[in-house]
Parts: sequence; structure tokens; C-alpha cells
Amino acid sequence: MSVTEMFSFIQGFLSADQDVREDLRKVVQILEQAAREILTVLQSVHQLTGFKEIPSKCAKARELFCTVRTQIADLKTKFPVEQYYRFHEHWRFVLQRLTFLAAFVVYLESETLVTREEVAQILDIEVVREKGFHLDVEDYLAGVLIMASELSRLAVNSVTAGDYSRPIRISNFINELDSGFRLLNLKNDPLRKRYDGLKYDVKKIEEVVYDLSIRGLGKEHKCGEDK
Amino acid sequence: MSKREGDGCSRKKAETEQERNMTADQSSSSIAAAFKVFQQELDTKHDKYERLVKISRDITIESKRSIFLLNRVTNVPDVEEVLKEAAVKLDGVTQKIGLIAEELRGEDIHQFHRAFTPGIQEYVEAISFLHYIRHRSLISLEEINAKLVFMKAEKVDPKSSVEVVPADVQVLTFQVTPSDYLLGVADLTGELMRMCISSVANGDIDTPFQLSQFLRQIHDGFSYIGNTGPYEVSKKLHTLRQSLAKVEDACYALHVRGSEIPKHMLADVFSSRTALIDPEESMV
Repeated sequence: MSVTEMFSFIQGFLSADQDVREDLRKVVQILEQAAREILTVLQSVHQLTGFKEIPSKCAKARELFCTVRTQIADLKTKFPVEQYYRFHEHWRFVLQRLTFLAAFVVYLESETLVTREEVAQILDIEVVREKGFHLDVEDYLAGVLIMASELSRLAVNSVTAGDYSRPIRISNFINELDSGFRLLNLKNDPLRKRYDGLKYDVKKIEEVVYDLSIRGLGKEHKCGEDK
Repeated sequence: MSKREGDGCSRKKAETEQERNMTADQSSSSIAAAFKVFQQELDTKHDKYERLVKISRDITIESKRSIFLLNRVTNVPDVEEVLKEAAVKLDGVTQKIGLIAEELRGEDIHQFHRAFTPGIQEYVEAISFLHYIRHRSLISLEEINAKLVFMKAEKVDPKSSVEVVPADVQVLTFQVTPSDYLLGVADLTGELMRMCISSVANGDIDTPFQLSQFLRQIHDGFSYIGNTGPYEVSKKLHTLRQSLAKVEDACYALHVRGSEIPKHMLADVFSSRTALIDPEESMV
């Protein structure tokens, strides 16, 4: 094989690669749009009136996840499935956002931590790599961490809205999450950086709980377990 | 303030307590149980990554050594001996790549690609250098990949004898990605430039012309790819231009001076020129 032939072969490979990336960018853009729509729906829980509407907002968000599912199905067709990690960077961000949104919906509904299997189910993807387009464990954890900071905001706003028991429940939940993350041996990677922010969320919620407890607010609910 | 400090302290204590309670209090520790699983998964992944980095580093070192060895070709009487030694060394490197292939069995090669790409590039550089010296042509990607097929006989050790292990051979392959190949070839040009200069210094006046021809082809190939390739390629293109300029200048000097100066003095003239490295101006 001559030098010229070799280079034109590689050039062919590279441009094919670029075409795939171009396609992926387009689909991911649409997916990001859908994620933003869900976020907008869920954002309203922070408003004063929003707390009563949580179930209806969650139902609406769940509906919107339907469109996400079809778009992810579209995404899956754009590249060979065994090359997931070759193009991972393209959808990593949006997949983390979607995990966050799914986790947030599940928390609002049942106040539990969404499992990786549940997220995969909501997004209609797989958990194990071998089975196809899957949710990487690091992306799942990153999404959970985004939710933690959203919850610290929710704790503050629920006090403003007069719901004094919610911060305490959030506090318990976040503390559990925090001790969960401590089990992990993280490398010096983006996930670790994000995890480092968790302690500020924990601190913020603790402050809210503290403020409530020295004023005797939320006493009628179960309290005194932290203090 | 003091409250928070106290809190942190008690949490630390709580942590150890939690470990103890974990078995007792199953309901609230479903999160903890889930994270235990994540911990394992992440640790396995990180361990594999580290192992690959280590293998890659070994590959880099060994490949570099073979390249140094091959650079000696120009001033050694028995070329074949050196080539044989280098080939043996590179076979060792190939075996190491076999270890990578084994680590990657059933994994997505791109997930861990960053761990071993430096080693593979160095290997491509070494193997293509050897190939060039032998055949005066560019080794193709398929030829490299053809070398990276590993047969591994399944060992029947006493522990696993419970299950019936088929005695057939396992075939493992490792595929060099086109971009790794490209980057390795870009590095090769630097070695070829060295080889050109040193062969002139040894009074060999044919090799430089061959090399400049070859380098020009590679340069044209890279220009053809341009910036469609990965980011690192465009960076290497700059160095490639410099190498090419040096080789072309050397050929120029040989051509101009070659007819004026007696052959036996040529080497001296040229080696003092290249020592200056400064092109063109000092030549004319």
C-alpha cells in the first residue's frame, strides 16, 4: 500500500467519523431542548404556590419524558452501539441533566433516591454496558449530585412557603446521600469536583434546619433527631 | 460556629456508628447498599485503568529503546544484526500489547483509550521505523494490526477444573485506531529526519534523497488530511514541516556541494553545517 493510499484510507475514516459526530450533535441539541422544558416545569415547585402542585407537576414532567425517550431512541440509531464511549462526550452532559431530572421527579413523588435502574427505565436505556446504550455509573452519580444542590434550594424555599417539615426530611435524605458518597473512592476527575460541592449543600440544609429548630418551628413534626 | 464544629465531630462518630448500624438498620441503608455497589464498580474501573496506564508506560519505554537502537543503524557495519535485535525487542512490546488486549477483553476499547494511547503511538512509531529501514516503505495500519493478534491457550488450572474448560485457543486482537496510527506516523518523521542527518554524517549520500522523497509523501498525506483529523494531528503537522525542511535542506546541500567537494570531505562539510542547524542562509 502506498503512502498516498494509506492516507486517503485514513482520511476516509476520519470524515466518516466527523459525519457521525455531526449527526450526534444535532440529536443531542434537541435532547437538551427537551431537558430544559422538563426543568422549566419542575422549577415551579420553588414558587410559593408550587408546593401544592407537586404531584401535577411531576405528572407533567413524566409526560415530557416520553418525548425524551423517542429522542434517545433516535440517538441510539446514529452510531454503532459498541462504540458508546467513543462518542460519550457528546451526550454525557445531557444524560447527567436527564438523570438529575428523573431523580428530582422521583424524589418529589416518593422522597426516595432514584435507583440507577429506575433512571434507565425512565429514559428507556440499559444499565449494563453489554446490553446497549446504557447509563454510565459516573453519569448517574453526577446527576444525583446535581439533584442534591437542587434540594438545598428547595429546603430554603419550602421554609419561605411555610412548609417547615420538608427541610428536616430533606436534611435526613441529604445526609444519607452524603454518607453514601463517602463510600466511594473517587479519582481526581469531574465527578470528584462535583462531589466536593456536596458539602456546601449539606451545610446549607443544616443551617436551615438549625434556624427552624431554635425557633421551635416544625416542632409539631418529628424533630429533635438531629439536635 | 461552635455548633457546626460539634456537628462535624459527631458526624464523624456517626460514620463509624453507621457502619455498625448498617446491618441492623436495613431499611434506611438502601442508599448505602446502593453506594456499596457503585464503590465496587468504580474501583474495578479505576484499577483497570491504572493497570493499563502501567502497561502503556512499559510499552513506551521499550519502544523508545528500540528506536534508539534503530538509530544506530547508520554507523554500524552489521545492519542486519541491529535490525534483528530491534525486532526481538519489539516482539516483547507486542506481547505487552497482548496484555492490554487481555485487559480489554469484553470492554469498550474507547472507554480506556486514554490510558494506553501514548504507548500505542510510541509502538507505531517504533514498528514503522523498523519497517521503513527494512523495506523503505510505510507500514500500513492493517499490517500493524495483523501483528497484534494473540493466541492464548486456555490454561487448565486445578481450581477451574470443576468447569469443563475447552482446550481450544483463544484469539485476542488489538486494533490500533486510525488516529493513533496517524500520530505515531507523525512521530516517525522526526526519527527519519535524525536518520537522514546522521547518515549524511556517515558519508551515505543515497539515503538522504530517499528519505526526503518519503518524507515529502508523508507530508503531502498529512496536508491532505489537514484539520479534519484530531486536534493533536494539526499540532504535529508543524513539527513535521520543520523536519521536512531540515531534510530538504540537507539534500540541497548535498546536491550543490556534492559536485564541488571530493566525496571523502563531504561528510565533514555537512556535519559542521547541520551542527549549526540554521538552514538556508548558512548554506549559501
